[in-house]
Amino acid sequence: MVFVFREALPVLTDPAVRAQAGVSSFFSTPIWQPVGNVPKFGIASLILGTLKVVVVAMLFAVPIAVLAALYASEFASDRFREVLKPAIEMLAGIPSVVLGFFALIVMASWLQAVTGSVSRLNALNAGIALGLAIVPTIFSVCEDALRAVPRSYREASLALGASRWQTAWNVTLPAASAGVGAGVLLGLARGVGETMIVLMASGNAALISPSVLDSVRTISATIAAELAEVVFGSAHYSVLFFLGATLFTTTFLINVAAGMFVERMRKRLAGA
Amino acid sequence: MSGALLAAGHRRLDKTRGRDVTGGLLAGLSGVAAGLIVLMVAIILGNVIWFGWRTVTWDFLSKAPEQGMTAGGIFPAIFGTVALVILMVVALIPFGVGAAVYLHEYARPDAWFTKAVRFAVNNLAGVPSIVFGLFGLGFFIQFVGRGIDRAIGADVWWGQPSLLWAALTLALLNLPVVIVTTEEALRAVPRQMREASLALGATRWQTIWNVLLPQALPGILTGAILSVSRGAGEVAPIMFTGAAYFLPYLPQSPTDQFMELGYHIFVMATQSPDVDATRPLLYGTVLVLLLLTFALNLTAVLIRGRLRARLLGRS
Repeated sequence: MVFVFREALPVLTDPAVRAQAGVSSFFSTPIWQPVGNVPKFGIASLILGTLKVVVVAMLFAVPIAVLAALYASEFASDRFREVLKPAIEMLAGIPSVVLGFFALIVMASWLQAVTGSVSRLNALNAGIALGLAIVPTIFSVCEDALRAVPRSYREASLALGASRWQTAWNVTLPAASAGVGAGVLLGLARGVGETMIVLMASGNAALISPSVLDSVRTISATIAAELAEVVFGSAHYSVLFFLGATLFTTTFLINVAAGMFVERMRKRLAGA
Repeated sequence: MSGALLAAGHRRLDKTRGRDVTGGLLAGLSGVAAGLIVLMVAIILGNVIWFGWRTVTWDFLSKAPEQGMTAGGIFPAIFGTVALVILMVVALIPFGVGAAVYLHEYARPDAWFTKAVRFAVNNLAGVPSIVFGLFGLGFFIQFVGRGIDRAIGADVWWGQPSLLWAALTLALLNLPVVIVTTEEALRAVPRQMREASLALGATRWQTIWNVLLPQALPGILTGAILSVSRGAGEVAPIMFTGAAYFLPYLPQSPTDQFMELGYHIFVMATQSPDVDATRPLLYGTVLVLLLLTFALNLTAVLIRGRLRARLLGRS
């Protein structure tokens, strides 16, 4: 991974590159226009785009995945579990390019019919498709954590007269909270870095706008869309590697945080 | 026995306990969330199968794309995908299995180097695939490839996107998968077998090569299949390291570019000159890729299941 950073380094060191694309220029212009007489590298729109898509994805995926994991571990009959588990595994096995295809060809039209948005491909569409991709990650980590909660916790709660839902919500879920946190963070890391889905489903227009119904361009999609045509060693090339390094650092930090949550969960259960 | 008694006790308690209506509703809501996941998977698969199954004929599988990808088949993409994953596995297995054997058999678990390697492997698994693409371009093509070209005085031969570099990039991406599954399999080999071999005077390496690895083969195979399934579906890492929009010929050597199923889907979905004419072909290609991935995953699950059963049967 050192190499990604090495190729990104000119952004910080090379004066010729800095004149065109120094870190200060990243936020001084709102426009991302890397090709032209005066290239403009305003990455604010890309960061905002990434945030919009990821927030939509998390709002979609976290409640569904966590509740479904709770249901699977606390309430579901064995028969339903035998349907749910393979479904989750299949969802996890669907290549992201296929989810991107589905969002681009099918889901975008459905969503446009519902929301009446101007652009068919927008942050909402990409966000939901991305949410589908991270549901399995969050679900499996959460379910493992919920299952690891000792039986005695549940029995103590039930013996005190709590209902099954009260037990699940007030006892089991809090006991597994570190594991749930880890699952959510791992999902977040996957969402930030995922490329094909957002590249295909988001519309890729680098706009700064608050609406999720506008087309967006994310960091990962920018790299994917532009790297093939970029001139080796140019300022643009360095900026794309800089974006890659940013992406790497972000997901790395999120993953490390998730690892700390997992460690905490292990310690808590060992102490119990 | 006590489990059954407890469950019966729960049921009796449930009856005597006052009904918690809100709780029941919320529990139902969590059930709806679970059902929603099943429904969404069914919609996606149903949609792909419904619109795709008519397209997938022998002609479709055996012909090249024609008329700007609005007719013909996907044979070059299938060929490219197969060539890609074979090269990937050839590079991946020795390296991944070697690393797992080292970590599990030789490394001291508390040495800082072992910890560093484990930390790196764990985090390699979380690196976004597009970053692997950048790495493949920056390291394999620009650094190693151009380096070879300079050394042998060739113009541009190795230092360009090709099957080889794409396969190596994918191998790196899948390294954690193989290391983790191989280690799991090594852990499943009973202690007695190891001790029996050592007691017969075999060296440590002879034990590993003749006893442990054959025993761990199903686990290694699982890892290989899972990585093939993942490798066949990943597009981001190969976009700049070797995949081509369209090639009128099949790749002849590892330094050629190639067509690939996932990338072909991306290209047809986003750059088609005639969307309506491409759509049936697009659905067909998606169906082929999905069937391939699911078949591979299912095989891996079955092999792993047998491995687990063997493990349980012993203990």
